[in-house]
Amino acid sequence: MSLELDLTVKQGTLTLEVEVECEGVTAVMGPNGAGKTTLLRACIGAITPERGSIVLGGRTLLDRNTNLPPEDRHIAYVPQGLGLFPHMSALENVVFARRRGSSAQKRAEAGRLLEELEMSHLAERFPRELSGGEQQKVALARAMAADPELLLLDEPLSALDPTAKPRMRRFLAIWLSETGLPALLVTHDPADAVEFADDLLVLEDGRVSQRGTLDDVAVRPATEFVAALTAGLIERRPRTLPPPSVVSEDE
Amino acid sequence: MTRTVEAGWTRVLRSLARVGAALLLVLIALPIVSLALTLRVSDLGDAVERGLWQALTLSLTSTTVAAAVLVLLGTPLAWSLARTSSRWARAIEMLVRLPAVTPPAVAGVALLAAFGRQGLFGDSLAELGVALPFSTAAVIIAQVFVAAPFYVLPLQDAFREIDEDMLWTARSLGASPTRVFFRISLPLAMPSLLSGLAIGWARALGEFGATLVFAGNLPGTTQTLPIAIYTAMEGDLGPARAMAIVLLVVAMLLFLVLRSKPLASMLGRSR
Repeated sequence: MSLELDLTVKQGTLTLEVEVECEGVTAVMGPNGAGKTTLLRACIGAITPERGSIVLGGRTLLDRNTNLPPEDRHIAYVPQGLGLFPHMSALENVVFARRRGSSAQKRAEAGRLLEELEMSHLAERFPRELSGGEQQKVALARAMAADPELLLLDEPLSALDPTAKPRMRRFLAIWLSETGLPALLVTHDPADAVEFADDLLVLEDGRVSQRGTLDDVAVRPATEFVAALTAGLIERRPRTLPPPSVVSEDE
Repeated sequence: MTRTVEAGWTRVLRSLARVGAALLLVLIALPIVSLALTLRVSDLGDAVERGLWQALTLSLTSTTVAAAVLVLLGTPLAWSLARTSSRWARAIEMLVRLPAVTPPAVAGVALLAAFGRQGLFGDSLAELGVALPFSTAAVIIAQVFVAAPFYVLPLQDAFREIDEDMLWTARSLGASPTRVFFRISLPLAMPSLLSGLAIGWARALGEFGATLVFAGNLPGTTQTLPIAIYTAMEGDLGPARAMAIVLLVVAMLLFLVLRSKPLASMLGRSR
């Protein structure tokens, strides 16, 4: 399943121009204000682009004649704050996202999804009664409940305290590979990219400054930002890679 | 040395504040207590003779309709005002705020100017066979007019406080805008909705000036309980006192029910 994006989005002072094709899990990185969250919001249809198209697995979500509403795009969004419904229990949050079936079927399916994440014993808790990691799992179970064709995760680990982060990162990596769903994952942390991503998409000032596999990008960083970013990547990688050298695209 | 002087001043200010607070409390409590203390049992009989039940029934039915109108028309208005930040939206917001600062008598005259027989729309309404002034409909219109800001504005704030990302998330998970509204936005705004409704309803129940000017004083048709109190006062204060107590109790009961926790959690499904 591939995601083809060709978008121009104006949001405040930012103009986001992206033309990419993504498969598997793509880590979206870039400095603050580069347009990472704007990209995700445009994907679900929360922002209407100036122009462009979105094609997901051959299905056109947006082009000159089409603009599917968010509920028909089958893209599950997990925003930075997770967006859990505070007035619903964990189970009800997950039930909400089930599209089909009787209410009993929905509850059963939601219960199963929570069980997979070892959250059954917390199903009746409300979001504010859960820890950051537990809330994260509810948000993931809820996203899966919608039977999405694409996952969008915005800084999925940012709300966790440092001690909980490594475990949740591991968990998320395994979970993502088990679901087998394509995903765009916005992150600030190179460690996340290493753990999750097949591909790296670097946004700077509304434009794609570089994209490719982690190794490719690390070996030939296109900008200072990418070089600084991937320097961290290589340090964390167990295998040896040649030292990075900055290669500007004009050269 | 300076510190002692400052401490002295602080002490004086604190005592003054206490005296002031106590005075205001007495000012609020004393009339209500006096009302209860001066009531005689015979007053109630006199009040019934002077149309207490008729006026109370009219007050309850007209304010119930007014409250329903507020919920049905005010909720969409609050929602759309919360979702837009255009200059027009801010202008409309000011307009909605206006009745809260308009003296009731002015509101009555304004309503007459619009819907009265010689008003701007009086002729058109008359052609349709509708004569609003001096009808129960006029009573309800006056109540909606004065109560609207107390319902719409707090609800608008509550809608605006809801995390927009959460609403988009819900949409991305397959929920239509209608479903998002009724399952998420409305339950989350329910405490504000109910407290706004309680204050708006109380304001409608107490409506006097605009109703008297626009709707008049016809027993059974436009004579609400506040107007009945005013009318009863022309004679003896006794029946007016009894009516006042009844109105006070009704308003308080209404307020307590609408502000009760069980109702909020039942409608909002929040704990």
